[in-house]
Amino acid sequence: MAVDKNMNILIVDDYKTMLRILRNLLRQLNFVNIEEATDGSMALQKLRQGNIDFVISDWNMEPMTGIQLLREVRADDKLKHLPFIMITAESKSENVIAAKQAGVSNYIVKPFNAETLKSKMVSVLGDF
Amino acid sequence: MSTDNHVDQEIKKELALLRQTHGDVVKVSEISAVVASIMATMKGDLTASDLELYNELEALASYIRDAKMDIAALRPDEVRDQYIPTAADELDAIVQATEIATNSIMDATEEIEAVMATLDGDQAEKLMNATTNIYEACGFQDITGQRITKVVKALKDIEDKIEGLVTAFGSEIEKIKASSPVPDAKPENAEITDADLLDGPQLEGDATSQAEIDALLASFD
Repeated sequence: MAVDKNMNILIVDDYKTMLRILRNLLRQLNFVNIEEATDGSMALQKLRQGNIDFVISDWNMEPMTGIQLLREVRADDKLKHLPFIMITAESKSENVIAAKQAGVSNYIVKPFNAETLKSKMVSVLGDF
Repeated sequence: MSTDNHVDQEIKKELALLRQTHGDVVKVSEISAVVASIMATMKGDLTASDLELYNELEALASYIRDAKMDIAALRPDEVRDQYIPTAADELDAIVQATEIATNSIMDATEEIEAVMATLDGDQAEKLMNATTNIYEACGFQDITGQRITKVVKALKDIEDKIEGLVTAFGSEIEKIKASSPVPDAKPENAEITDADLLDGPQLEGDATSQAEIDALLASFD
């Protein structure tokens, strides 16, 4: 099934410049409906309002981190099936294992390039 | 009672008194006082082993005195009050400057993308690749920001440890300061050297604006 380019994507990062980078790279991939949040709790609030189809989140944020957000999402019956990609500078294998155990769909380490972002999205959402 | 037993009891007595007064954290200056008081109890005929112990204690007291002076002479209060806050401010300024620069780069890149939309084929594709590369490269701001945040946290840890030193050596530092004060600033009529003029970029708020510089230059006309 083709990926719907009109899907609603939530990007979460405490660095505004990173949000802008992600937004621009996603736009270049023709994804236009992008919501932003600057930490896990704000993201969770937006997710619970509905309509989000896909989450791309940083890990290291306050007060709610990306891994806490992921656990909240996976524990919520309405949200638990959402595809969730972690994009983070945390590159230790313990982090990757913890994210996998928490139910992450894929994991991108910063700094990343557009090709990596696209390939990980394809692996989660299917080809586009 | 032998001298050895007497010394043991004196040490135990002093340690118990210190624990009662300060818990397990004792200032170096108080340790020195304990050593001095124990030495004062060693009166009368001394055996060879008493004398050896006496000499060891005397050497220890001397070592502690020297260490106190050396640490106090480093002026840890100045490190805490001046150098660390300045370093933290400079690092914050780096994060702000890179954020502003990154956003300016992305402003320009988005304008290029707007032009790209009016082009076809090969030219549009080349511009698309170039702008993608720029966006990717802008990720440096996030990475450097996180690294700098780690350094600021490390500075905070150092500051806390120095605070402990200042607390422990407070009176010694004041004595050193009184005996060899550092001049606060150059006298007003002192000649400005080339080294004085090398201070790097100024922090926001401290910096002289271009308008102020223009006004200063104009004042020479």
